[in-house]
Amino acid sequence: MNETRKVIAIEVLRYRPELDDKPFFQTYQVPFAEEMSVLQGLLYIKDELDGTLSFRWSCRMAICGSCGAMIDGVPKLGCHTFLRDYYPNKVRVEPLAHFPIERDLVVGADDFIGKLERIKPYIVPKEPRTLAEGEYLQTPAQLERILQFSSCINCMLCYAACPQYGLDPAFIGPGVLALLHRYNADSRDAARAERMELVNAEEGVWSCTAVGYCSEVCPKGVDPANAVNQNKTTSAVDYFVNLVRPKGAGR
Amino acid sequence: MSARRPYMRPMDGWWRRNPFFIRYMIREATAVLVVAYVTVLLFGVIRLAQGESAYDAWLASLRSPWSLAFHIVLLANFVYHTWSWFQIMPKTMPMIVIRGKRLQPAVITAAGLLAAAVASVGLLLLTLGIGS
Repeated sequence: MNETRKVIAIEVLRYRPELDDKPFFQTYQVPFAEEMSVLQGLLYIKDELDGTLSFRWSCRMAICGSCGAMIDGVPKLGCHTFLRDYYPNKVRVEPLAHFPIERDLVVGADDFIGKLERIKPYIVPKEPRTLAEGEYLQTPAQLERILQFSSCINCMLCYAACPQYGLDPAFIGPGVLALLHRYNADSRDAARAERMELVNAEEGVWSCTAVGYCSEVCPKGVDPANAVNQNKTTSAVDYFVNLVRPKGAGR
Repeated sequence: MSARRPYMRPMDGWWRRNPFFIRYMIREATAVLVVAYVTVLLFGVIRLAQGESAYDAWLASLRSPWSLAFHIVLLANFVYHTWSWFQIMPKTMPMIVIRGKRLQPAVITAAGLLAAAVASVGLLLLTLGIGS
């Protein structure tokens, strides 16, 4: 290859739990081409410069949600961000904010996964149905109500964008609440009453202060801030309905 | 034994890390001056209840240079407060579908700002009409 390649400095936050007391920055000089993503830059480091660097990745095309990181302080997918946009400056890559660092760019996702399980992220049918009865039908308008929120890829960028989650990790958080809304708003679902208990809780929608940065960083246009904040109204209505409704009714 | 030793980064100074958070903090802080202005108006109502001379004294105090300067600060504060309020409004509303198409957030924001502008100008004209 005759073409002279540009070289960009990639500054990575390293943390090796068996060696380091706290994280530190390490800079790598990475030759790059126009079409190389930040993830490809990290792969170059891993393959050619330093095999000890740890990070998560899989699909390279913004659908698996594994390679999220703070890129120059902004939560982004490594595969969806290009080195050329930072050159000739250096680019700084850190693990997603607000999550515990396990090693280098790898964060602990246990809290997120636990919350995801709690909201029952699946359709709970209204009544059991046999195969012979056919599929559950939905109109385009009913689909429109959930389509955007079902685009979530669980990449956790919105959690790294949410200071309320950083300050109080008990907060269920933007992504999981958006998925909760996706199932509650689904015409085929019947588990709304159970999920509303999570919405109404202190760590539910009311922990949100409408910073709105979650929607800004979402790579899939889910708009979690919209899902969370419209459920503040739903939660308030639910509260007053529960006041006037006899105990145990509507379940 | 687990080799895991997760490291939690501190949150100190989080709002200074990103311009988005700084704008958010300013938006939240404008609410303090909104309360301040409500207090000014509430004080006027109390003075009105105390009689004409008390109310006239309150009106005169509003014309002092300090009060005028304060009101200019309040006006700037209210403009930013209104703007940021309608910026976030689309996020707080359920989906609005008109003739099969989803109403865009920018339209909701623009409608809110227009309504605020019309109400402000209307109120100003009404006040000038009463005053003259």
